[in-house]
Amino acid sequence: MSTQDATASRTIIVEVNGERYEREVDARRLLIHFLRDDLDLTGSHIGCDTGNCGACSLLLDGTLVKSCMLLAVQADGSKLDTVEGLAAGGELDPLQQAFSDHHALQCGYCTPGMLMSATALLRTTPRPSEEEIRKGLQGNICRCTGYWNIIEAVKAASGQEVSVDE
Amino acid sequence: MLLREVEYARPSSAAEAVRLLDSRDGARALAGGQTLVNVMKARAASPDVLVDLNRIDDLRLISVSGDTLQIGAMATYTQIMAASEVEVSRPILGEVSAQIADVQVRNRGTIGGNVCSNDPTNHLPPLLVALEATFTILGSGGERVVSAKEFFLGVYMTAVGEGELLTSISVPAAANAADGFASITIGRDGTCIVNAAASLEGESPRVAIGCVDAVPVLVRPGGTDEESVHQAVQGARLEPPSDVHASAEYRLHLAEICAVRALRQAEERGR
Repeated sequence: MSTQDATASRTIIVEVNGERYEREVDARRLLIHFLRDDLDLTGSHIGCDTGNCGACSLLLDGTLVKSCMLLAVQADGSKLDTVEGLAAGGELDPLQQAFSDHHALQCGYCTPGMLMSATALLRTTPRPSEEEIRKGLQGNICRCTGYWNIIEAVKAASGQEVSVDE
Repeated sequence: MLLREVEYARPSSAAEAVRLLDSRDGARALAGGQTLVNVMKARAASPDVLVDLNRIDDLRLISVSGDTLQIGAMATYTQIMAASEVEVSRPILGEVSAQIADVQVRNRGTIGGNVCSNDPTNHLPPLLVALEATFTILGSGGERVVSAKEFFLGVYMTAVGEGELLTSISVPAAANAADGFASITIGRDGTCIVNAAASLEGESPRVAIGCVDAVPVLVRPGGTDEESVHQAVQGARLEPPSDVHASAEYRLHLAEICAVRALRQAEERGR
């Protein structure tokens, strides 16, 4: 059987936050379920499961995607970065620290997705304008509606002055 | 959400993809998946086999040859926004791509997926009608090229038949093209309530209106002045749908507004 033939499951190899995993997975399994249920990496959240909220956002070979709109088999051979990989050695990364300092989370449910979208933004745009931050976080919904502090935190993480009193 | 059981294939060439699509009933091409995966969750689509096009690099090529800009069906919105070929030969395609959804969706969603899903609220069908695009479709019997008029057939229906694959979209290249686009959306960069694309290139003026019928409606105003545009849209005798976002009457009103704005933008660009 050629590797190009259609199959209901296949063995995939992915590297998540630098760690290699090899698993057999059903073709119908969404990437977010593979991470949370098969690999026990529950940092990425399922908010809406309809591609709207962005809580499941992660980096796939460096590109920001929503992992509820990809099949796990599509990630075969790829490198994934999830929120668990941000705090190297247990130290918060500058963006996470800024989220903490600027109270950029209330219930925290959207936070993993916000952090990954902001990470992707800062990689391509190290000093984003407020407009660029808003556009960069457009795919992430915060139902506590704490957007202002999130924008301030991203500004602060990029070394810019913020207007909110601490 | 658990999807219905499905088989998955990952061809490395367009020819192999067509062979897979043609060999099984219920086989369906998986492009960016930003619509298809969600409608599969809702069981609105239940393909038996998904033919994943994401590893076919040839389908992502964007090139200009002579006076034609060719965009591979698997080019993502993000790729189209960044492509210098698009910037120099038909920048409106990048500008409109930047208005679709959000970063994550633009990173995965493709021009081919957008037109093949042919949702009446999509941005690109009216734009490609206004730009007089042509569509290259590959089947087991070979390749054929169809016009935008022949391509968009109905709600979620296009000229791409079972066992066939859209491989690329071509538009005439035109430096400083007099093209425009206007929309009224649900939230910024959200779903369109009405949109319109206009062009003064080629057979002009041309205004294609979206969200008002099953397929984009092309109108040809007698002039570029506002009155001519209003007359042309009224002359099309549109019967747009009513929904929670807009009544038919309001959509009709917005159709004229968007048509005027799109054509005005096209005129300004062409100066």
